Amino acid sequence: MSGSKNSIPHLTSERLLIKGGRVVNDDQSFYADVYIEDGLIKQVGENLVVPGGVKVIEANGRMVIPGGIDVNTCLMKSYLGTQPVDDFFQGTKAALAGGTTMIIDHVAPQPGDSLLEAFERWQEAADKKACCDYSLHVDIPQWNENVKDELELLVQDKGINSFQVYMAYKDVYQMTDSELYEAFSFLKQLGAVVLVHAENGDLIAQEQRKILGMGITGPEGHPLSRPEELEAEAVFRAITLGNRVNCPVYITKVMSKSAADTITQARRKGSVVFGEPITASLATDGSHYWSKNWAKAAAYVTSPPLSPDQTTPDHLHTLLACGDLQVVGSSHCAYSTSQKAIGKDDFTLIPEGINGVEERMGFVWDKAVTMGKMDENQFVAVTSTNAAKIFNLYPRKGRIAVGSDADIVIWDPDSVKTITAKLQQSAAEYNIFEGLECRGGPVLVLSQGQVVYEEGKLHAQQGTGRFIPRKPFPDYAYQRVKFRNQVKRKQGVTRGIYDGPVYDVAPTPKYITPSPSAKTSPTSHQPPPIRNLHQSNFSLSGAQIDDNIPRRSGHRIVAPPGGRSNITSLG
Amino acid sequence: DHFGDRLIIKGGKIVNDDQSFYADIYVEDGTIKQIGENLIVPSGVKTVDAYGQLVIPGGIDANTNLYSPQKGLNPADDFYQGTRAALSGGTTTIMDHVLVEPGTSLLTAFDQWKDAAEQRACCDFSLHVDITRWHEGLYEELETLVKDKGVNSFLFFMAYKDKYQSSDSQLYEAFSVLRDLGAIAQVHAENGDIIDEEQKKLLCLGITGPEGHVISHSEEVETEAVYRAITIAKQSNCPLYVTKVMSKSAADVIAKARKKGMVVYGEPITAGLATDGSHYWSKDWAIAAAFVTSPPLNPDPSTPQYLTSLLACGDLQVTSSAQASFSTAQKAVGKDNFTLIPEGTNGIEERMSVVWDRAVATGMMDENEFVAVTSTNAAKLFSMYPRKGRIAVGSDADIVIWNPKETRIISANTHNLNLEVNIFEGLEFRGVASVVISGGRVLLEDGKLNVTEGSGRFIPRKAFPDIVYKRIKARSKMAEAHGVPRGNYDGPVHDVISMTKSVPPTPTTRGPPCPKTLTGPRNLHQSGFTLAGAQIDDHIPRRSAQRIVAPPGGRSNITSLS
Repeated sequence: MSGSKNSIPHLTSERLLIKGGRVVNDDQSFYADVYIEDGLIKQVGENLVVPGGVKVIEANGRMVIPGGIDVNTCLMKSYLGTQPVDDFFQGTKAALAGGTTMIIDHVAPQPGDSLLEAFERWQEAADKKACCDYSLHVDIPQWNENVKDELELLVQDKGINSFQVYMAYKDVYQMTDSELYEAFSFLKQLGAVVLVHAENGDLIAQEQRKILGMGITGPEGHPLSRPEELEAEAVFRAITLGNRVNCPVYITKVMSKSAADTITQARRKGSVVFGEPITASLATDGSHYWSKNWAKAAAYVTSPPLSPDQTTPDHLHTLLACGDLQVVGSSHCAYSTSQKAIGKDDFTLIPEGINGVEERMGFVWDKAVTMGKMDENQFVAVTSTNAAKIFNLYPRKGRIAVGSDADIVIWDPDSVKTITAKLQQSAAEYNIFEGLECRGGPVLVLSQGQVVYEEGKLHAQQGTGRFIPRKPFPDYAYQRVKFRNQVKRKQGVTRGIYDGPVYDVAPTPKYITPSPSAKTSPTSHQPPPIRNLHQSNFSLSGAQIDDNIPRRSGHRIVAPPGGRSNITSLG
Repeated sequence: DHFGDRLIIKGGKIVNDDQSFYADIYVEDGTIKQIGENLIVPSGVKTVDAYGQLVIPGGIDANTNLYSPQKGLNPADDFYQGTRAALSGGTTTIMDHVLVEPGTSLLTAFDQWKDAAEQRACCDFSLHVDITRWHEGLYEELETLVKDKGVNSFLFFMAYKDKYQSSDSQLYEAFSVLRDLGAIAQVHAENGDIIDEEQKKLLCLGITGPEGHVISHSEEVETEAVYRAITIAKQSNCPLYVTKVMSKSAADVIAKARKKGMVVYGEPITAGLATDGSHYWSKDWAIAAAFVTSPPLNPDPSTPQYLTSLLACGDLQVTSSAQASFSTAQKAVGKDNFTLIPEGTNGIEERMSVVWDRAVATGMMDENEFVAVTSTNAAKLFSMYPRKGRIAVGSDADIVIWNPKETRIISANTHNLNLEVNIFEGLEFRGVASVVISGGRVLLEDGKLNVTEGSGRFIPRKAFPDIVYKRIKARSKMAEAHGVPRGNYDGPVHDVISMTKSVPPTPTTRGPPCPKTLTGPRNLHQSGFTLAGAQIDDHIPRRSAQRIVAPPGGRSNITSLS
């Protein structure tokens, strides 16, 4: 908890009682009061005995839910040296205004950077600026031996249990399948959750070249070069790798129906895989890439792109409601129009990122709960609890229970607001949800027991957010993996040593690549070959009907076909 | 003489892929001259009696490896033995794979294969070319092969890391070239990266026997690659043919892709339809090793039936054998390390009987579909139709008289291969070729095989087979992507001159990324960008790190649009 020292001053032991609310956790809802002291929930129940002089918040029967957790923000991810316009201060303010009391931000080092240094830079910046608790994922920009030590240190000493790998961004961040396999194996040993940016970078690079070659340079080139199939393919491959390594896999930014279906099917077959749709994919679609307004079209550029298929949001909500997708992130990464304009003549240079940290919970309520797809408990699960479980924050976060952090939201299911950049907390000048109406929103937000948002007013204070360290081997992801390790242990067949004839392969032609994985030299220690055709007791050989037919001259057998299979030495 | 006998086949039921009917067939000069009842034929014609039996187009085995060496070992059954076995099972055309080692010329390898086959083969043959290292320099050779040499199918490997494996980028480029040439892309679909890692892991665990082969080549690794191959083919709009579909889930991926309209074909093989991967755990090393092929036979015993049912409903299209014989002594090169075992199973001789027994005799498939999956579909896909794959006037006289009532028991003692192990040993199959006619000559009759070495002809194949390319051509026209006509963005552009060192240059930059609009004065109030303007939080100071040289928003000039 290296980040907690500077936040202590703000933790004045304010005592609060939330009265008359309906507590909604992911498993049940019940009417109860919640008593808070020292930033923690001390009592939950009716007729609580509390000290005098306690500030009372009347919930008036409204929902009292665990504060939201946004597991995917990029508030410091630079692009060509420029920083997003929403930093930890702006970004967490926006989060709080939307009912999110914790973010997990992506540490995004460049290839060659030290992961540890990058982590420290992020932590330092967030400690100074964040207004709500935060944790960090670390992106692995490149796989090599040096990375391993740093990963170990990050997991064991720094409280990081999730790392992102990339299947896209060829020649920059992209890993080959072999590297992914190694990375998965290594991260599994450490007990970390592997986050995957799933798109086929090889094919994207090809498509980008083709589309630029056709003279298409605008933002519509972005979705054209990243069709849905490339996302679904990479998700399929990531899951295959996860299955082979027996490692939990978390797919960040599920943007298309086919990618989501791939996850669904894999879960049906028992894969330990999680899928994260984001605010944007749940609330809007990719038709805007074709907007005549360049700035508007560019504002939607993110990867994987929003799917042009307008039925996508509804489908993703359905899967979220039935548990096939588990976590809602925002992938909030705000660049100004002038930053986006770096790519005005070449869509491949447009910095990728969209807003959504503020709108995240509202849209899930609006599009899933009010539509009757999802109940309020599942709403809490997908906006908070599931994330807390997967990333080992539970039950400190993600639940209203005695001993949990007092990150609490009073939620008004009936409030209606129209999203507009003019009223948002984010510093970006464009909001991709501009003009959309959204039912449901926070009335009051408590972070660490402090009222930070009330009736549309933010009282957030820069630097109050604490770094929340996370332990490896989260039960939610790793219990099954551990059992499978035991069950799926591979065993060879105990056989006697094959002592039959072995073909002579000494004069290897020049073009044969030596097998890199040869453990023993296969043929060098053979006894001198003797033609003992008649002594062969190999059970499937013996006289052949065509023994009289001469064999072709090309044969170079140094011992007879068949041969003895000595199984007498078996116990 | 090169041309065969004059023959009349009497009294049989002719079975094509579309219909069956009773008729006699008159054959002269190696081709079918007349079909019908009461044919008028010259005297002295040999009569072949087909009463009570089916008269079907000779089988086409679309995947054999009779000449490709592995690890320096030549297959135990070459073009002579292999085609002899093929004929005895009712197959009259084989399509062999020319394996071009990395760095060698495609044309040289092709010529070498063709020479060898012309000298040794006893039935007609055609050739696929396997490309083990793709680079753009191959274009000319490919063009020559397609346009002058009669090859219209090329195989790429997604497995065999550091040896034959192609990357996704290479596959995309190659598929795009093949589409332009009108050829079919074939893939050996397995994820070589994962296999390589798993092999290393298993050898470290001390698992060195043939069971390590199937453990390291898991079903998922095959399925993943099939899925990826289909994605790449979709992107490049190239027809795809997946060789050796060995597992249920791989077959499912193909079936689903076809339902979505993909031009993709799947080929199960004799071994995958008749047996399963349980034998890899045999205590007898030689038996276990005999089953080693890639993708491996699936340990799930319900696989053969499942593949058969997909074949019956048309989700899979072609059966082949993937014949590649290596003797036990050759397999034993890998006795201490399963990764060194040469890969290959037999099946060239049993193929048609297996399909009849498993699919037709069980009621899954009718006799017409049987002809389709053993012969006609392959002929259509690979541009040999209607010369091959159909009993019709003008077609080659490759004809099999099929006796559905007879059975045979497979044994290495009685098969026509040199191989001393048969992976179908002891299995009994209903349906046997009782007469085989190839090029108008009766080569199998009364149980006697009478072949002539070198009598097989090379069958050249044309590009752009209709069944495959009609849709591809239509889609090429449809799939043109169009840009949005916009005015030039003339708003402010962020200054990126101070790029950090770690940012690699973008390889695909077409023009200068940030032209000279950077120098303008700060004209915040003149911004005509529609969605910008006063913000409610304008009074809040922006963070100091911002290095904007022009205002957020900016003008989007769309006045120049027509």
